[in-house]
Amino acid sequence: MKLHEYQAKGVFADAGIPVPDSQLASTVDDAVEAAGEIGYPVAIKAQVQVGGRGKAGGIKLVDDAEEAREAADEILGMDLKGLHVDRVLVEAAVDFTDELYVGVTMDRTEGKPVAMVSTRGGVNIEEVAEEAPDAIVREHIDPAFGMHPYQARKAVFDAGVDRTVANDVASILTQLYQLWDDKDATDIEVNPLMVTSDDEVIAADAVMNIDEDALFRQPDLAEMEEEAASDELEAKANEYGFDYVRLSGNVGIIGNGAGLVMTTLDLVDYYGGEPANFLDIGGGAKAERVTNALDMVFSDENVDSVVFNIFGGITRGDEVAKGINEALEQFDEIPKKVVVRLAGTNAEEGMEILNTDLVTVEGTLEDAVQRAVSYAEEEQ
Amino acid sequence: MSILVDNDTRVVVQGITGGEGKFHTGQMLEYGTNVVAGAVPGRGGQEVEGVPVYDTVHKAVREQDANASVIFVPPAFAADAIFEALDSPVDLAVAITEGVPQQDMAKVYRKLSETDTHLIGPNCPGLITPGEAKLGILPGNIFADGNVGLVSRSGTLTYQVVDNLTQRGIGQTTAVGIGGDPIIGTDFIDALELFENDSETEAVVMCGEIGGEDEEEAAAFIGEHMDTPVAGFIAGRTAPPGKRMGHAGAIVSGSGTGTAQSKIDALNDAGVPVGDTPNEVADHIETFI
Repeated sequence: MKLHEYQAKGVFADAGIPVPDSQLASTVDDAVEAAGEIGYPVAIKAQVQVGGRGKAGGIKLVDDAEEAREAADEILGMDLKGLHVDRVLVEAAVDFTDELYVGVTMDRTEGKPVAMVSTRGGVNIEEVAEEAPDAIVREHIDPAFGMHPYQARKAVFDAGVDRTVANDVASILTQLYQLWDDKDATDIEVNPLMVTSDDEVIAADAVMNIDEDALFRQPDLAEMEEEAASDELEAKANEYGFDYVRLSGNVGIIGNGAGLVMTTLDLVDYYGGEPANFLDIGGGAKAERVTNALDMVFSDENVDSVVFNIFGGITRGDEVAKGINEALEQFDEIPKKVVVRLAGTNAEEGMEILNTDLVTVEGTLEDAVQRAVSYAEEEQ
Repeated sequence: MSILVDNDTRVVVQGITGGEGKFHTGQMLEYGTNVVAGAVPGRGGQEVEGVPVYDTVHKAVREQDANASVIFVPPAFAADAIFEALDSPVDLAVAITEGVPQQDMAKVYRKLSETDTHLIGPNCPGLITPGEAKLGILPGNIFADGNVGLVSRSGTLTYQVVDNLTQRGIGQTTAVGIGGDPIIGTDFIDALELFENDSETEAVVMCGEIGGEDEEEAAAFIGEHMDTPVAGFIAGRTAPPGKRMGHAGAIVSGSGTGTAQSKIDALNDAGVPVGDTPNEVADHIETFI
């Protein structure tokens, strides 16, 4: 779960990490009023979850009320890489002399967190990582002990941060690690961390990703989880609790287990079809979940056929079959052709229950996928 | 022969009184697994499926001489359950639980480096030595005893590939589902090394997926250290960059690492053929044995 910039900055401010003065606004008038209160110049920043907002015209620096009105009017309501902008952050512009990068993330290869510092902030840090990996200093942290202050100092001095601000940057890095730990973050990044002409250090941007599996112990952050406004179907998937990704094709795919569902997508592609979605009903699904999954895929108007691929382990074939029957019996006419392949735990019991008047049954994964692809072709 | 589990494995089930714990204890017993104890705090003295339940894993290990644990404990308590298994101690801990927070797993992983226990998982189907024992939730009936080892990051994909093998008469020494999370205990290299050292394993199937660099590292290991032939499969060729595809780990970064193609290339470079379909993996294995 990715926090909006204004949310992440709120978390930073609560933790004592310096951020610029700012206010959130959802109308042009509110934005102009906020800018007046903060004092010009200010930055007006679109609050949507995309990278490269600045380049795409989602961030504007303004010097007076007239410019503020113009910029807010332009940004509010704009479409930024497919996302509708309905809020802006109005923020004091920082007069900087230097731009740094600091971050904490999980190094999955090492199985431990890593803190990162670079003096090449303010640019795309992924590009820096590729072109000049040595320009980013990395310090691994033992999760049993947390980050020792010396580790932060070591990273900051090794990175070549100017010594007038090095201790302040090290202190911010230590605070970031603490936040990472306290809030179950998977990534925290500040890019740029600005150094002002008065040698103050201030987080001009804030990126925070939270581990969704840990939201049960982060009630405050769970409240911040907003519906992803990007896609109605993906919002519906959140509601049902499915792992769902919408794709551009016309063969709907439902399965259990991420690896098997991905494999089903790959096979649809292999046999000349185009996957419409990734939908994992997860382990141990009961009948209602299966009904919801079919409802989801039928709601996608691009879908021409559906392949339902279940290999039961913890999931039981009879429960799945019951769900398929329940879902399809609601229709006088079933909107798309459904191909079912059931294997594994209780598959035989499932096949006995399954109403084969409503679906096409195939015995192997390959046959099921090929059948669904050919049904989709017939619909075209 | 087999790796990690066999007839002598004595299993304690943590969370045996829960729905899944109870159901799969029954399934494991039916398969012939030597489930000797359950452990649930506050439920000591009860019985589940005829198996005695203890309040702590320590006591279960002590009184029933258990040497392995299977963990069916909700995500919020899973890390604590793994720590308890490591401390009891057991030789093998299998964490089935899905949705264990990453930071909990980082601490578990740190502790693991100080122990001799093999941890499988979390978020995994477990492992099975056909005809001897299964620890986890794998459907026993699709497996057959034989000479092919299997290691996979995905549970249901394991079942699919095993089905393709068994259908054409190729049995397995041991099949291990290591789980798809970013931080897991036993990884590809650990399992491959065990298979390399197992005299009966004549070939190995390795099923990977997009995300991370574990497959690339495993490919390097195979190239340098393995004489046993390996065939591979990589799920997620059609996954769009930047989207999380179910498994916490199954995401392709924008920068070109962790993609299906980079994994397939690395495996091919190490002499490992990669099937386009699960069935093709079985074709490759057939040429090896």
